[in-house]
Amino acid sequence: MRLLFDRNTWQEIFGSIRKNKIRTIITIIGVLWGIFVYIAMSGAAKGMDNGFEKSFETVAMNSLFAWAQSTSKPYSGYKTGRQLQLKLGDATVLQNRIPELQYIAPRNVKGTFGSAPASITRGSKSGNYPVYGDFPVFTKIATKKIYDGGRFVNDDDIEQARKVCIIGERTQKEMFEEDEDPIGGYIRIDGIYFQVVGVHKFVQNAPFDSDSDIYIPFTTYRRLYNSGENVGWFSMAAFDDADVIQVEEDVKSVLKNIHRVDPTDERAFGTFNLGEVFSKIMGFSKGLTFISLIVGIATILAGIIGIGAILLISVKERTKELGVRRALGATPGEVRTLIILECLFLTLIAGIMGIILGALTLSIVNNATQGIDFPYTNPTVPIPLVMGAFALMLILGILIGLIPAQRAVSIRPIDALREE
Amino acid sequence: MIEIKDLHKSYKMGSNSLHVLKGINFTAEEGELVAIMGSSGSGKSTLLNILGMLDEADSGEYTLDGVPIKNLSETKAAQYRNKFLGFVFQSFNLINYKSALENVALPLYYQKVPRKERQEKALQYLERVGLKEWATHLPSELSGGQKQRVAIARAMAAEPKVLLADEPTGALDSTTSYEVMDLIQKINDEGNTILVVTHEEDIAHMCKRIVHLRDGVIVEDKKVKQVRASEYVQ
Ligand SMILES: Nc1ncnc2c1ncn2[C@@H]1O[C@H](COP(=O)(O)OP(=O)(O)OP(=O)(O)O)[C@@H](O)[C@H]1O
Ligand SMILES: [Mg+2]
Repeated sequence: MRLLFDRNTWQEIFGSIRKNKIRTIITIIGVLWGIFVYIAMSGAAKGMDNGFEKSFETVAMNSLFAWAQSTSKPYSGYKTGRQLQLKLGDATVLQNRIPELQYIAPRNVKGTFGSAPASITRGSKSGNYPVYGDFPVFTKIATKKIYDGGRFVNDDDIEQARKVCIIGERTQKEMFEEDEDPIGGYIRIDGIYFQVVGVHKFVQNAPFDSDSDIYIPFTTYRRLYNSGENVGWFSMAAFDDADVIQVEEDVKSVLKNIHRVDPTDERAFGTFNLGEVFSKIMGFSKGLTFISLIVGIATILAGIIGIGAILLISVKERTKELGVRRALGATPGEVRTLIILECLFLTLIAGIMGIILGALTLSIVNNATQGIDFPYTNPTVPIPLVMGAFALMLILGILIGLIPAQRAVSIRPIDALREE
Repeated sequence: MIEIKDLHKSYKMGSNSLHVLKGINFTAEEGELVAIMGSSGSGKSTLLNILGMLDEADSGEYTLDGVPIKNLSETKAAQYRNKFLGFVFQSFNLINYKSALENVALPLYYQKVPRKERQEKALQYLERVGLKEWATHLPSELSGGQKQRVAIARAMAAEPKVLLADEPTGALDSTTSYEVMDLIQKINDEGNTILVVTHEEDIAHMCKRIVHLRDGVIVEDKKVKQVRASEYVQ
């Protein structure tokens, strides 16, 4: 220990490292590569991880959807193949019976799932876009970013069935002049005048989302298209601590109950939950992180073993020198410490260089992927992982150093001196 | 200073064993300058290595400055070597990546002498062997004679009780050999005990006493009139 803090010891080590340049460089490269691979890979994995998380941040991770299909089993007097229809009242029943449900948003759409889109006109301009009937609660489930000055459907809109709409970026581009403020402007949806109250920024929450979607109040939609109590599908969000898979099952069985469907009928209602998809994708990037950890550690290990091997050769080459040192009064302990500290020092120098290089590469890659549509954000390596790698190198450096150190003192000084 | 009694040493080689030292009795007082002679293979180096605690005898007694040398651990032996002994080798054995100064300072490092003091002392000894200006040079930049003088400075820097030199002039031409012997004589003049192994009669006669080894025993041990090497050095 005393030796460790002695300036002289370090001078000896620096001397030997400086004077064995090729050995030093070769050994450093091994470990440097290892830690570099480790940092770069786990950083990249973290970056993808962050990227995926960011792609999904606009959607409640525990959200699920339910829609009606047709029965595949006869039940209580009904024949098989009965077409089912979700009703607005179902929402209340679901909400009451499933306490894990935090939000439920009934939705209707014209323009997706096979129906023809609404025709939109403004002056001489026209286009065909999907129109959604929505409740305000929908924004709790899927974040809709509305541009400044605008808003989403609110409670008053629902109550008074106001003719207001929120248009997409594309619709704005196609219906309004570039310098024109769309807010307060009017467009005609299937012939009826609607006032634009907001423009939503396009975010892909579901595969059928597009930048031309138009949202109008659910009640207005009902009037416009005569849909009565009918609901296209429910968008729902479970509480954060709820088991989404279980909630999904519950939703199905409640719906079967309401609509008098055989409880074992698997085809009557369709459901889908994002949590599952999300955890699959996250599982992929977690797997990537894990693989990079394994590969990184293995490479570091290989690098340090390389240092040990090269030091072993170097110790053989230096047999005579070490013999001279011992003739001059170096104790076996001092010789051993010298070799171990050399090994440790080489390992750490290589490690620090590798970490710096890895971090540098990550930031270059990060800058290069900025603005590219690729799920890759803020690729950092968590400090504890870096510290862990460092500690690992420290311990392995000492352990591996023990081998050449032992070899250096195993030979008697007289034999060492005789060596040519 | 040195006292050995009935010293035996044999080397085992497979099933045979080679009896090299067959009962050596020898004493050297403080301040003596002894030449050890003998034909090749007579055991001169073996004897010197045992005296230098680099090797151990099979049997017999060895006392150095009143300290019995027996069954030393490697650590203890290293400490004794550091404290009591200085070595000069035929092949110089300087550390090739260290400057002359660093080489001379090395035994002081193992004596835990602080750095500054070490440097000063090393420089002082380099000056005494006339190589102060060569302090920063690597061994590869020095001539054979200069290397051996650095080696002598290194051996002396630790201020040992005994200086052991195994054919210090063996790799040098005669002029350089005399320069080295001149240095050894001067060191001896200051009262240091020195043992020199040599093949050469003229070198042996520059010592004060000559011991002849043959077949593992001392066959002759005589005091001689010292020839001063300075007579041959201009
Ligand atoms: N480590 C060893 N193993 C086996 N035999 C050895 C060993 N060291 C020396 N010998 C043998 O012991 C004998 C004495 O060797 P030593 O080196 O002492 O001779 P020397 O008198 O110094 O000879 P030289 O003048 O050639 O240096 C020699 O025959 C040598 O071969
Ligand atoms: Mg010899």
